Amino acid sequence: MSFWQRHQVFEKNSIILVIGILLVIAIGGLVEITPLFYLKSTIEAVDGVRPYTPLELAGRNIYVREGCYLCHSQMIRPLRDEVERYGHFSLAAESMYDHPFQWGSKRTGPDLARVGNKYSDDWHVTHLTNPRAIVPQSIMPGYPFLKETELNADNVADHLKTLRAVGVPYTDDQIANAAADLKAQVDPDGPGAEALTKRYPKAVVRNFDGKAGAPTEMDALVAYLQMLGTLVDFKIYNEKANLR
Amino acid sequence: MSASSPTKSMTIGESGLTLTFAVTAFLCVFAAAKALDTAFAFHASLAAAASAASVFFILNRYFERGELPAQEINGRPNYNLGPIKFSSFMAMFWGIAGFAVGLIIASQLAWPALNFDLPWTSFGRLRPLHTSAVIFAFGGNVLLATSFYVVQRTCRVRLAGDLAPWFVVVGYNFFILIAGTGYLLGVTEGKEYAEPEWYSDLWLTIVWVVYLLVFLTTIIKRKEPHIFVANWFYLAFIVTIAVLHLGNNPALPVSFFGSKSYIAWGGVQDAMFQWWYGHNAVGFFLTAGFLAIMYYFIPKRAERPVYSYRLSIIHFWALIFLYIWAGPHHLHYTALPDWTQTLGMTFSIMLWMPSWGGMINGLMTLSGAWDKLRTDPVLRMLVVSVAFYGMSTFEGPMMSIKVVNSLSHYTDWTIGHVHSGALGWVGFVSFGALYCLVPWIWNRKGLYSLKLVNWHFWTATLGIVLYISAMWVSGILQGLMWRSYTALGFLEYSFIETVEAMHPFYIIRAAGGALFLIGSLIMAYNLWMTVRVGEEEVQSPVALQPAE
Repeated sequence: MSFWQRHQVFEKNSIILVIGILLVIAIGGLVEITPLFYLKSTIEAVDGVRPYTPLELAGRNIYVREGCYLCHSQMIRPLRDEVERYGHFSLAAESMYDHPFQWGSKRTGPDLARVGNKYSDDWHVTHLTNPRAIVPQSIMPGYPFLKETELNADNVADHLKTLRAVGVPYTDDQIANAAADLKAQVDPDGPGAEALTKRYPKAVVRNFDGKAGAPTEMDALVAYLQMLGTLVDFKIYNEKANLR
Repeated sequence: MSASSPTKSMTIGESGLTLTFAVTAFLCVFAAAKALDTAFAFHASLAAAASAASVFFILNRYFERGELPAQEINGRPNYNLGPIKFSSFMAMFWGIAGFAVGLIIASQLAWPALNFDLPWTSFGRLRPLHTSAVIFAFGGNVLLATSFYVVQRTCRVRLAGDLAPWFVVVGYNFFILIAGTGYLLGVTEGKEYAEPEWYSDLWLTIVWVVYLLVFLTTIIKRKEPHIFVANWFYLAFIVTIAVLHLGNNPALPVSFFGSKSYIAWGGVQDAMFQWWYGHNAVGFFLTAGFLAIMYYFIPKRAERPVYSYRLSIIHFWALIFLYIWAGPHHLHYTALPDWTQTLGMTFSIMLWMPSWGGMINGLMTLSGAWDKLRTDPVLRMLVVSVAFYGMSTFEGPMMSIKVVNSLSHYTDWTIGHVHSGALGWVGFVSFGALYCLVPWIWNRKGLYSLKLVNWHFWTATLGIVLYISAMWVSGILQGLMWRSYTALGFLEYSFIETVEAMHPFYIIRAAGGALFLIGSLIMAYNLWMTVRVGEEEVQSPVALQPAE
């Protein structure tokens, strides 16, 4: 029996054809994806990476909601021009708590992996409200509604709980204080600021949008942008430590 | 009520679906009342209304109908064409909507004032609307319509199920409605081409399983000994999309009464899952499914058999085996481990071969019928689509080479590549198939006007050429500007200078998109007139042989 005749078993039996298809398409995915969950070298051990504060997380959700990832990457490749333009290349550990990841696929605007601390809060607020007020050639949409919209923070603890269920190591303490921490991060003179920075090392407490009162969506988004890429201290980061 | 006979009773499907939709309607009203955010309340209300409408339509149909439609009439299969007509119409509708949104967002990149600084009109929310509308709404409905047509014809039986095919086509379009309105309201999972939130994903899963069952059951009860090659590709498309959808979308909602969820995967694993999904949405939705269309419609239109049966076997298995590996080429030089990137690149290059196997099989089917290209613009559209397929499946493997990718990635080159495949291959093969299908299912002698098809062909082709050449130039230019150094060793251009340099190309691209949209409007008019005033075909008494 020739090969072509043997193939008729697929052509004459629909269930065998379906099983054949399933087996053939399973191999590639299994080989490429499964090891990423157990090979230790996939995500290097780095000091400093922590889960997002409630306010940063809320800002990140606005970043996702507005589709920022469609024009801005958060992944600096180890190429000379990128490292000089944006900073140290991105490490897998830096996005290990990102659900979903926001590496992006297109740079209509610049990479944002290390945009934190590059510009002032004021710059961000003005730029997000009307990008062309600061960068005349910019083609970014304006988001003036962000600073007019109060941040919806009703169930922020539930967000942390959900993230813990999918693997982000939020502590009971962090979840219990989520709502308070969210407000505390825009109130540097308030009573909660110190406890917040203890729970989330390196968290920046500032009135990001410069407006008094309850946190706005602008507060949250700027808080998120200002922490991007700032958690790992590359002055003490040892690249060789992760070679194995 | 007049048609009801004393023996008539509800089928299990009718009573079951009525009950299910009635319960769903109540659950959705409850969910809408408890909703945590307005988008969720809106979607729950839509679902409640749609469920109630379904109950009404199912009951109404039951009271109006006589016996169930016969499987055969005079020894010939009684093909079920209703759901196919619905999908064909929706394909044209979503196609025009999707192309129009594409033109809007292309214009926004040239003239940012068009974002209007409103949440629901900004680029970030409209872009998923464009991609989903063209890929899943337009492409999806073309695949539903053609697969239901091809599987009946090549198996010579009526489509399996009575309400099930309707459930698939209407349910799928309801998914599109929920997903699309969600994007405008800011409801998104934030994963490209998989943006719909958890509840839309669940609904799509149900619809898709029914789709597989309808398709597979129709094949199982076939009157032909062999399963025709187009059906292998449809099966691979349906089965694999189910696997990809489940793999990429496991998400945990923050609340069952809210739209927000968090995806189970994080960081590097999420990135790999995403592009395993993303690239195979291209491989199985936009390639395998449309290759099935090629394998039925080109032989049928050219009235020639498929060029090589053996080639179709080899390239079928090779294509579906190799495609699954190619995802990591979207993640070159990222924090994804090197070994995965290298595997992805290697398999992407190998993928060139089965892709061209398909192209050769499609093009060579015309041997002995090449003269028809001069006289039949529909066949020309189908053949040019295969040529575009060949071009973009050469460009793809080239761009997956890491060195090339270091330049092309993050630039418009990728956008151009996608559109040479999407407009040239998927678009044209869909147009060709719809031009064939509409006269067949509405029982017309031919199209209203071949001249208009010609106009559509040339407007759209010119549009594609403008589009992809503008994106080649802008992509390569921007990639080179980013890595350009002065004699003193400093980066030569600031980022914003590279944005400014894109402006003329963004205008050319928008012009190309406008031409493509105009072409589709010509097509819609032509199809509309075909159905409305086209001459009816008199059924020949001899059953036609299906293409094989």
